[in-house]
Amino acid sequence: MQAHERITEALQRGAAEGGALVPFMTAGYPEPDTFIETLHAVAEHADVVEIGVPFSDPMADGMTIQRSSFAAIEKGVSLRWILETLTEHREDIDTPLVLMSYLNPLLAYGYDELGAAALKAGVCGFIVPDLPFEESAAFREAMQAHGIGLVQLVTPATPADRLETLCRESRGFVYAVTITGITGGGAELPAEVTDYLENVSEVSSLPVCAGFGIRSRADVERLAGAAAGVIVGSALVEVLERGDDPRAFLAALRTP
Amino acid sequence: MQAKPKEQDDAALLAALLAGELPDARGRFGAFGGRYVPETLVPALERLEAGVRDYLREPGFQEEFCHELFEWVGRPTALTPARGLSRAWGADVWLKREDLAHTGAHKINNAIGQALLAKRLGAKRVIAETGAGQHGVASAAACARIGLPCRVYMGAVDISRQAPNVDRMRRLGAEVVAVESGDKTLRAAIDEALRDWVSDPDGTYYLLGSAVGPHPYPYLVREMHRCIGDEARAQMLKQAGKLPDAVFACVGGGSNAIGLFHAFLGDPDVEIVGVEAGGIGSGLGQNAATLATGTPGVLQGSYTMILQDPNGQVQETQSVSAGLDYSGVGPEHAFLQSIGRVRYEAAGDADVLDALDEVCAEEGILTALETAHAFVGAREWARKNPGKTMLIGNSGRGDKDMSTLVQHPTTRARHAGA
Repeated sequence: MQAHERITEALQRGAAEGGALVPFMTAGYPEPDTFIETLHAVAEHADVVEIGVPFSDPMADGMTIQRSSFAAIEKGVSLRWILETLTEHREDIDTPLVLMSYLNPLLAYGYDELGAAALKAGVCGFIVPDLPFEESAAFREAMQAHGIGLVQLVTPATPADRLETLCRESRGFVYAVTITGITGGGAELPAEVTDYLENVSEVSSLPVCAGFGIRSRADVERLAGAAAGVIVGSALVEVLERGDDPRAFLAALRTP
Repeated sequence: MQAKPKEQDDAALLAALLAGELPDARGRFGAFGGRYVPETLVPALERLEAGVRDYLREPGFQEEFCHELFEWVGRPTALTPARGLSRAWGADVWLKREDLAHTGAHKINNAIGQALLAKRLGAKRVIAETGAGQHGVASAAACARIGLPCRVYMGAVDISRQAPNVDRMRRLGAEVVAVESGDKTLRAAIDEALRDWVSDPDGTYYLLGSAVGPHPYPYLVREMHRCIGDEARAQMLKQAGKLPDAVFACVGGGSNAIGLFHAFLGDPDVEIVGVEAGGIGSGLGQNAATLATGTPGVLQGSYTMILQDPNGQVQETQSVSAGLDYSGVGPEHAFLQSIGRVRYEAAGDADVLDALDEVCAEEGILTALETAHAFVGAREWARKNPGKTMLIGNSGRGDKDMSTLVQHPTTRARHAGA
């Protein structure tokens, strides 16, 4: 099985059990020392874990994830450190991992070396928010050589023909951005969100996960059925920021 | 004879640029440029690209744009023989006077042009970022002229060092938003403007102020400023009777420089030099000399030269001039450097302050701190190349810099009666 197929399988299993959950955490936040401990806690209630590589210019992220990114960079968190730390603990982590990174840290690491190092670290896929499909060929090919997938993002503004291309070319799952905006915004999920997600789910043969603006059990219930799963980022990072136990927060998202 | 493939490739790339074949369909100048943005912005940039294609060459739009440049901006700006500097440097020095344009810098060309484009594209509001405040003021003025609401994002650090411009923007009807995240300067302001645009890509027009960012901005902004070089080239031929031996401009994002340089790229005997901010030293974080000391990477939508650490984290910059204080640079400049057509060098803060005083004393022109970088490069060049004809892009006036300048009293002896 290729690495990206592990993501798909885990999400399909989660969907069959009432909806998959993909928590997002910024690597090494709030403390680099507790990265693996936090990851284990988060993974307890996760089908797939999305780990954020901090970047100095997170243009698609709101204040919460910006804050966590800048704090992690300050404490020396880098892509190299993340991959090395995950590799050290490879045996204890069963949950498929997806790395969310802006493109520049990946470029600086070097694509050739990155695929092998990521696979060794248990990374099954990448989400790269500033890499639109048209610019992604070199990265996709370099990762594909190791069975690692590039998850495509679609948005409510994506035209129909483009949606088909992105769903066809995505690996692991399709990331459906629920709102026209950045992560962690105060905006409510739009009224037409379930229609939009049902449409994406119809076009995509891969599981569709909804992300941006999902904060509560009520949000999760609203989207259940329209998408295979949900991604919860800023709300979880706020929990970590407060020093609270992510297990209780994530368990509550899953419990009716 | 040994073949020199690199030189042949460079010549072919320059020819392609001059023939209008670059940026290519993917928004590339050779390896540089492109469109690295969140998916939400892809349809918005495609619409903008279509708008640029439909309107930029359309006679009705060109006519309206030229009218505004003539009647409201005050173009063409003068070409001034710099008699004092010519004497002092032993050269024949000419200044392209963008400081005489409305609002005090070249920025207004792009602001009014893009505001007209925003109107044609049916935008309901305009957003802009600003570093020194010049693009913010120009955008506020252009939006007042055209009748569009305008919001300007400005780093908190820049707000404190450019207070008069903040008040100007507000009086011109713009809403100024302080950006407290990231480095709190131009880069953070662009990030924040992009976040705003991501939240309303249909109704909002992002009036980007430099020749940076995702395609088609580097091309669009260059086209809005090409009048600088087109005018200067014709004026040199008419007033000096010849082309300059060398052309100089300061480079932050690089909009005034690309506007000036373009007209001379096809003149093989004209040497072209861009001068970046050398800040307080050559180490990472001590300057904003992106082309002189940076490495390739992706920042704010474009593959270009950037200042970054080995992990790909973009680094903060240091410069006495807020307008050059930027960790990236327009991709066309990265391209022109890569093919060897334009040389880029850095000028340090101390030399910049001295050059500013020299221009004041010799020419009676208070040039902007940004612009003074070009004079440092030109002065060095004149020392090595005596008796030559030189053109300097005097991109803006320094009135806005008075709060910085009072902290650096002039060291120059007084001229008159001495």
